[in-house]
Amino acid sequence: MNIAAQLPVIVLVLPLLSAFAVTLVSLFNKKLAWPLTVLTMTATFLATTGTLCSVIHNGAIRYRVANWAPPFGIELVIDHLSALVAVVISIVALLVAIFAKETIQKDIPNRVGQFYTLFILCTVGLLGETLTGDAFNLYVLIEITSLTSYALLAFGGSRAYFSTFNYLILGTIGACLYLLGVGYLYIKTGSLNMIDIATLIPALSGSSAIFTAFILILVGLWIKMAFFPFHGWLPNAYTHATSTVSAFAAPLMTKVTVYMSIRLMYFVFGPDYAFSQFTGPVNIVWLAVIAILVGSYYALVQTDIKRMLTYIIIAEVGYMVGGMWLGNAIGLTGTIYHIAADAIMTACLFLALGSIAYKLGSTKISDMAGIFKKMPVTFCAFLVGAAGMIGIPPTAGFFSKWFLISGGIQAGQWAFVVALLVSSLVNAILFFRIIEVGFFGADDEDEHDAVVVQRNEAPLSMLLPTVTAAALVILLGLSTSKVTSLLIENIVGSLF
Amino acid sequence: MNLIIAKFNYVLYIVLMMMGLWAMIAKSNLIKKVVGLGIFQTAIILFYISISVKKGANIPIIHHHVDPNHAADAAHMVIDAAKYANPLPHVLMLTAIVVGVATLGLALTIIQHIYQEHHTIEEDEILEQLNQ
Repeated sequence: MNIAAQLPVIVLVLPLLSAFAVTLVSLFNKKLAWPLTVLTMTATFLATTGTLCSVIHNGAIRYRVANWAPPFGIELVIDHLSALVAVVISIVALLVAIFAKETIQKDIPNRVGQFYTLFILCTVGLLGETLTGDAFNLYVLIEITSLTSYALLAFGGSRAYFSTFNYLILGTIGACLYLLGVGYLYIKTGSLNMIDIATLIPALSGSSAIFTAFILILVGLWIKMAFFPFHGWLPNAYTHATSTVSAFAAPLMTKVTVYMSIRLMYFVFGPDYAFSQFTGPVNIVWLAVIAILVGSYYALVQTDIKRMLTYIIIAEVGYMVGGMWLGNAIGLTGTIYHIAADAIMTACLFLALGSIAYKLGSTKISDMAGIFKKMPVTFCAFLVGAAGMIGIPPTAGFFSKWFLISGGIQAGQWAFVVALLVSSLVNAILFFRIIEVGFFGADDEDEHDAVVVQRNEAPLSMLLPTVTAAALVILLGLSTSKVTSLLIENIVGSLF
Repeated sequence: MNLIIAKFNYVLYIVLMMMGLWAMIAKSNLIKKVVGLGIFQTAIILFYISISVKKGANIPIIHHHVDPNHAADAAHMVIDAAKYANPLPHVLMLTAIVVGVATLGLALTIIQHIYQEHHTIEEDEILEQLNQ
């Protein structure tokens, strides 16, 4: 048996099995849980990278699970889009796995084994969501990801329980609406295989059942990705979680959901169907504009950096949904590129903030005084992430904004263009406020006594992933033309 | 009226779903919210089971006693799909039930922790404590 041909399923089965291994091992020796997790994530990263290379060289892969032929069996579909997102997930998961060691030891010392097991299972769920080619299988994977993420977020203790409960209620409603939508699709098409449904939809485009399915799936995913009117659960859930969990959930959950909605909208319903349903002046892009403005406004009034970042995520979701609905190639390119860029930038910010919180015990802006002298490397990594969010070249954030704004101009959606610029401006204000306090806001005593502030960096296992994430933000920005020409053009070119 | 009788299951599932949704939004007691969640999920199960029904159809167990030596018997293998209820939605709902159980268990565990933290499971009282 050729091992390379089995790579798509190895990406899922390997971490799934090692999740159980981690539970078993941690029963005997808790110290082994972390190395095993890092090993698993490294192997997963290598497997996804291998899949990506094979997709670039040989084109999309359709893998039959247990060799049952579609549309009856479940198949994994790995094209350029899903391979890209899978690699992004495995990179972020690997970085967070390395980062987790010290914070988990400090925050939840007696539940280390449970944490790593849930962490790996959640990664499996996310990878499955990107790779699967079956609409019902996607629902199961959404629930696997959600259930593990509820448990992970609840590790935050005290306030986290109530905010996680709210997330659980809303998240389940979202997933149930998706399930209902799949039911309506099944009534009309009699199939659950995405590629199979896509071939049947054009003949049914007038059907009101298909329209109901489209709306239900769309709204279900909007709830899961915290798109504007449904964003209420996100800030509390992510703020009250432990820093490791926020650094894992914040970059990946919303972004993978955006990926799923691209998959369903463009590859199941098809762009022709999707855009023929919403014509006229009122369309989804306007909702995205409101999402961006509301997210930016609330980010502006926060005094806690972690809470501020969660509102920035809501604005970023607006970017991606807007770009997706612009209806032109550049807009979709921007959205796909932003999935990768935003995941890595958010990871960078949350990892740096997690290190700062580990040393300072606080994430309030007012407590950041003189942080540059105390933790120069961590703070520089934070600045790189911030530069990405503002959109300063050559970071990845600049290029995704460039694509999105060009797409907005091409589509004549001026409100979207203005919202993007306003949001960049707000991000600049937000981060310069932190920079000001971090560089110049030294404590009073230090000025009088002229005592040299002790450098007090976080341990290497936290510093390393933070710096790597910062380097990736710049690296992704510098290799933008490669990413677009090798991967994104292949996907977008087949649609427009 | 005829529409309601003809599509009774579908009307019922919408009513159940709205009941669940109302409980989740309007009830202050967290346990009642979880009960609402359960009703919501069960309504979808009812929907899926309803779509698999066919009038006059049998259970989908195919009974064939084919003699491999007789090629002519292969005609018995031909299956008339209209004679059997669609088994797929049932299978899908088994998975959905499992998901529902897991969600319920997790929600109850979280409520237990909320009670230990706040000594109440009334939403408005918890919010009052959080805003202090």
